[in-house]
Amino acid sequence: MASPKRTPASSDKDVADPKKRDFIVVATYAMAGLGVAAVGWPLINQMNPAADTLALASTEVDVSKIAEGQAITITWRGKPVFIRHRTSDEIARANAVDGSNLRDPEEDEARVQRPEMLVVLGVCTHLGCVPLGQKTSEVKGDYEGWFCPCHGSHYDTSGRIRKGPAPTNLEVPPYTFLSDTIIRIG
Amino acid sequence: MSAEKFSNPVVRWIDHRLPVFSMLDHTANDYPTPKNLNYMWNFGSLAGLSLVIMIVTGIVLAMNYTAHVDHAFESVERIMRDVNHGWLIRYIHMNAASFFFIVVYIHIFRGLYYGSYKAPRELLWILGVVIFLLMMATAFMGYVLPWGQMSFWGATVITNLFSAIPFVGESIVTFLWGGFSVDNPTLNRFFSLHYLMPFLIAGVVVLHIVALHRFGSNNPIGIDAKGPQDTISFHPYYTIKDMFGVAVFLLLLAGAVFFFPNAMGHPDNYIPANPMQTPAHIVPEWYFLPFYAILRAVPDKLGGVLLMFSAILVLFILPWLDRSPIRSARFRPVFRIFFWLLFVDCIALGYLGAKPAEGIYVVLSRVTTAWYFMHFLIILPLLSVFETTKPLPKSISEPVLSARSHNTGVGQMAPAE
Repeated sequence: MASPKRTPASSDKDVADPKKRDFIVVATYAMAGLGVAAVGWPLINQMNPAADTLALASTEVDVSKIAEGQAITITWRGKPVFIRHRTSDEIARANAVDGSNLRDPEEDEARVQRPEMLVVLGVCTHLGCVPLGQKTSEVKGDYEGWFCPCHGSHYDTSGRIRKGPAPTNLEVPPYTFLSDTIIRIG
Repeated sequence: MSAEKFSNPVVRWIDHRLPVFSMLDHTANDYPTPKNLNYMWNFGSLAGLSLVIMIVTGIVLAMNYTAHVDHAFESVERIMRDVNHGWLIRYIHMNAASFFFIVVYIHIFRGLYYGSYKAPRELLWILGVVIFLLMMATAFMGYVLPWGQMSFWGATVITNLFSAIPFVGESIVTFLWGGFSVDNPTLNRFFSLHYLMPFLIAGVVVLHIVALHRFGSNNPIGIDAKGPQDTISFHPYYTIKDMFGVAVFLLLLAGAVFFFPNAMGHPDNYIPANPMQTPAHIVPEWYFLPFYAILRAVPDKLGGVLLMFSAILVLFILPWLDRSPIRSARFRPVFRIFFWLLFVDCIALGYLGAKPAEGIYVVLSRVTTAWYFMHFLIILPLLSVFETTKPLPKSISEPVLSARSHNTGVGQMAPAE
């Protein structure tokens, strides 16, 4: 008759070849793990940008209305983009410094497609605030470019970091001149 | 609780201070389970799995859903078209809801057939009915969220049920709506509650399991386990059996999700909600149809509402309506016939709930509704007294072992390899 004690089948003592059982157990866990990973991926991937969000990833701007010395701010991917129509004085100031000596070494001509039209992301590279300096009434910092009010980063007329905690220059987004007056960002 | 049962020293250290591993071990490993459970006992774990699937997919859907009358429908369409794998997640959520009800209905009928509601498991049964009620509320509010035509008019009809209450009915309905019709405040609170209630269900499920483990599972014979010879440990025997059930369940769910994702839905819910126009033929989700049929069977507004709720409330007092000391229908030949009549009656109610309330359907609805209540309120109490039951075996092991020695002449149980 059956033994009155319940037999724990998981005990290795009663098994002829415990390695065989180990293999089955490991294979089962591996398959279950694969299954969980396969199901888990869609649940995690749904948090990545959706198709309609990606479709908004480029913006076209008419820059013909920006007078010399003025700047506009437009939105691209939910972030501000600064477009500044630089004066010859500002261009000269940007070229006056030796870019290789700066914190984030970069020459002005590497940062523009047309010298009079500077396009940079209006996001401070320190912790993501929007620097001041777009409006004529705003503080432009020690280098006549932009000044970030959050932690005091100073950017020059080329958007390069000159003073303060920010590690890198204001980022230049990918853009193309579709015509003399239309820029497509993204 | 001996700490030596765990070989891992970290587990031992934690378990000594916080005995979660002992509790898990007691619940899902060492738990002595009757050795004769059949596949009808798979549906409890499947219901638990369904709840987990609903919560997980629901949480990620909520990340992409907007609970506002102007944006809800479009945000659901965005989930279907633009959100990565959104179509998959939403179709799983939709279909798993239906599968949850299928599983729970089978679970309930299992309990009815094998007398699982009888002493000492009355509270276990009652907690199950509470879970069922919470599920219905959750499902109803979830169906409102896509803000399609069926969402809107379903919400309107169901909330209007409460207007049947004398004197305060209209005030209650205004309170439920947060306004003078189903509108943005209604949608917002339904979303909030739809998110909350699954966690309430999970809480009651814990109580349900605690109550279950107090006396252990019922079994197809319906007699108590007399000792260790009648039970086997839950793991690995029933974990493996449950896993097999899970595999079959997931195959069927995947079949629905990938091949018939809208079969259990209603096409009108892909039309945005329009408060100015009711669809020609509105029906609730299929799992509410039997109760909907009862509602419409009564020509009186308040009477219909009361009878519909009574159809569920009667389940609460079932342990005291069926006084027969024999649990399993296997030993109750007359009860078994009436059980199957009730089963057919419920299917018929579901069918009638989907038909327009006119002509022969109304008559049939009334007959089936009357039978539903007669079964519980008249037949079961009478059977408890007058039925001649079959003799019970002495123990769970006895019928198995005697059949074994008759057939093979071998009494010794060899460990399975």
